[in-house]
Amino acid sequence: MLMASQAIVELKNVDKRYGENHVVKDLNLAINEGEFLSILGPSGCGKTTTLRMIAGFEQQSSGTILVEGEPVEDKEPFERNVNTVFQSYALFPHMTVFENVAFGLKMKRTARAEIRERVQEALALVQLEGFEKRYPSQLSGGQKQRVAIARAIINQPKVLLLDEPLGALDLKLRKQMQLELKRLQKRLGITFVYVTHDQEEALTMSDRIAVMHEGILDQLDAPSRIYDFPATRFVADFIGESNIFDGLASPQGKNIVVTTEAGRVLGQNSGGFEEGEQVQVSVRPEKLRFDSEAREGFDLEGTVRENIFVGTFIKSILLLSSGQEVVLTSLSGQAVPEEGRSYHLFWEPSDAVILHSRSQEIWSTIANVDLSGFSAEADASADAGSAETGGANAAPASAGAASASAASASATPAAASAPAAAHRQKARA
Amino acid sequence: MAKSGQSLGARVRNTAFSALVYLFLYAPIAVIVLFSFNTSRRNIVFEGFTLDWYGVMAGNTQLMDSLVNTLIVASCSTLLSVIIGSLAAVGMYRYRFRGRAAIDALLYIPVVIPEVVLGIALLSVFSLANVPLGLLSMIIAHATFSIPFVVFTVRARLSGFDASTEEAAMDLGANRLQVFSRITVPLIAPGIGAGAMLAFTLSIDDIIISFFTTGATSMTFPLKVMEMVRSGVSPDVYALSTIIILVTFAVVVTSQAIRYRHQKGQEHTGT
Repeated sequence: MLMASQAIVELKNVDKRYGENHVVKDLNLAINEGEFLSILGPSGCGKTTTLRMIAGFEQQSSGTILVEGEPVEDKEPFERNVNTVFQSYALFPHMTVFENVAFGLKMKRTARAEIRERVQEALALVQLEGFEKRYPSQLSGGQKQRVAIARAIINQPKVLLLDEPLGALDLKLRKQMQLELKRLQKRLGITFVYVTHDQEEALTMSDRIAVMHEGILDQLDAPSRIYDFPATRFVADFIGESNIFDGLASPQGKNIVVTTEAGRVLGQNSGGFEEGEQVQVSVRPEKLRFDSEAREGFDLEGTVRENIFVGTFIKSILLLSSGQEVVLTSLSGQAVPEEGRSYHLFWEPSDAVILHSRSQEIWSTIANVDLSGFSAEADASADAGSAETGGANAAPASAGAASASAASASATPAAASAPAAAHRQKARA
Repeated sequence: MAKSGQSLGARVRNTAFSALVYLFLYAPIAVIVLFSFNTSRRNIVFEGFTLDWYGVMAGNTQLMDSLVNTLIVASCSTLLSVIIGSLAAVGMYRYRFRGRAAIDALLYIPVVIPEVVLGIALLSVFSLANVPLGLLSMIIAHATFSIPFVVFTVRARLSGFDASTEEAAMDLGANRLQVFSRITVPLIAPGIGAGAMLAFTLSIDDIIISFFTTGATSMTFPLKVMEMVRSGVSPDVYALSTIIILVTFAVVVTSQAIRYRHQKGQEHTGT
């Protein structure tokens, strides 16, 4: 992880509204010089809007954005010392590769000889020597992407903003470009702000990841910290796979006993938890263990519904007494639970992350609404709808004022994501 | 396979049908061209070949003046409608504003309204505003009915336009004017060109609106021909028509050749 002392881009209390739609909510984010920072989140979480506000294509509704310590509100995009790589590449179709890359220099009235030299350099950097005379329509997706990058770095910006630049490429090319981009960033020493919805991409490339969710910055941390210590239920769910148990906390020394609907479990006491507080326990599938004997502190049993072979590991789906499904992975060659058998489940208390549930209480209330009368079809359409309207019904997350009944200890079905549940609730009302 | 499977009879039928269509379309044009070389003044029989009528045509100052007037009106109204129409199309594409839908709908009115009505309307506006009838009033009138066509063609081009290219240019340091001249205009140029050609052709052969808005000294070619037809068409009009047909033909062939080359270039580049 690169540690730089100075923030090159700083967002202070930035809000963005489109009429009723509150897209970015009180965002505070300091981006360090020379770091590779990813803004990660599902579509509609405000990540692209954030990037566009830094570039100057959108104006924030309130708050301040500082680039190199100076507020940029009054600066047009062409006056800001940041450059952008667009999702659609946005190459100029009527210009050759050379002219595309040279555009930024031409606007700065650079001498012709210097333009030629620097375009060559930039093209060499993205391994596109010899493509100068081609038109964008004569290039493959990967080549277009490289031209877009060369064009954006030609003016040697302090910050390069990348808006899902690899989204249109196929998987293999995407993996290759990920490594190349990372290498390029190290070589140039430019700060990269990289917007993506692909958690794997963010984990692979970033020095730090900012996870956004319905306009709110959920967590800003190094990839390993984000994975191992998710700060919110959303982060735990969105990054990798997690088993999440809702329950009531009871701190006991270095551990916390959490009573869930499916039984008692243990987690490490990181402090700050109160007796009877509603919490969530998040456990990664690879940390979940099974045995025929019960373990000290755990009272959790599950029946294996099916085992799925997924290459290097085997994924077991277990059904708990509460009706919740959990996922357990075992490496190939290790002992695998038998289908149809019942096992005691446990984990190392230090492998479980316990999350304060306050800001999320509303979700669990909503998720606990009895939906048995609802058809699967209605659920599916509600889920699809939530992706688009996610921004609109985001407000409850920060409300925090949930009724006492919200603190009921019943478990949330792991599969149901909170916003989808919210939507279902709305549809029902 | 479908082709080779056709019977001889079917092929003959198809060919004959196509030939008839083209005969129907081009026979009148052929007649005009033919009679422009006729030694006889009456266009009933072809008596012999001559180029005399081209000389007569060149000597007919009234006819030549009307042609010059037509070209002036067509060029000026095209220029005017291209500028206004392109800007309108870009503005309506880029900005969402109150009344945008209304403006959109209103654009169709000059296209569908009977020309007689538009002609009378323009005439009354000009007399109300004290605009003297002449070349200027005709230029304005022609631009009026041409603008919607330019807006339509430019907007068709804009519908496939990636707005982020403009943002990219701005991101790279181009100010708004530079973005417009270096990115927007080159990208919508084919639409502007198509709109200009439409406007020009519409203006050149317009009679009805020209009839209402012309002045004593601003006779255009179609109006002049109309006038001459009353006393029988003389072959010098055929000669001028033949030249116009040739020029039109040249323009069409050139533009098709350019398009073909462009398409071939793109196919060649396709991956």
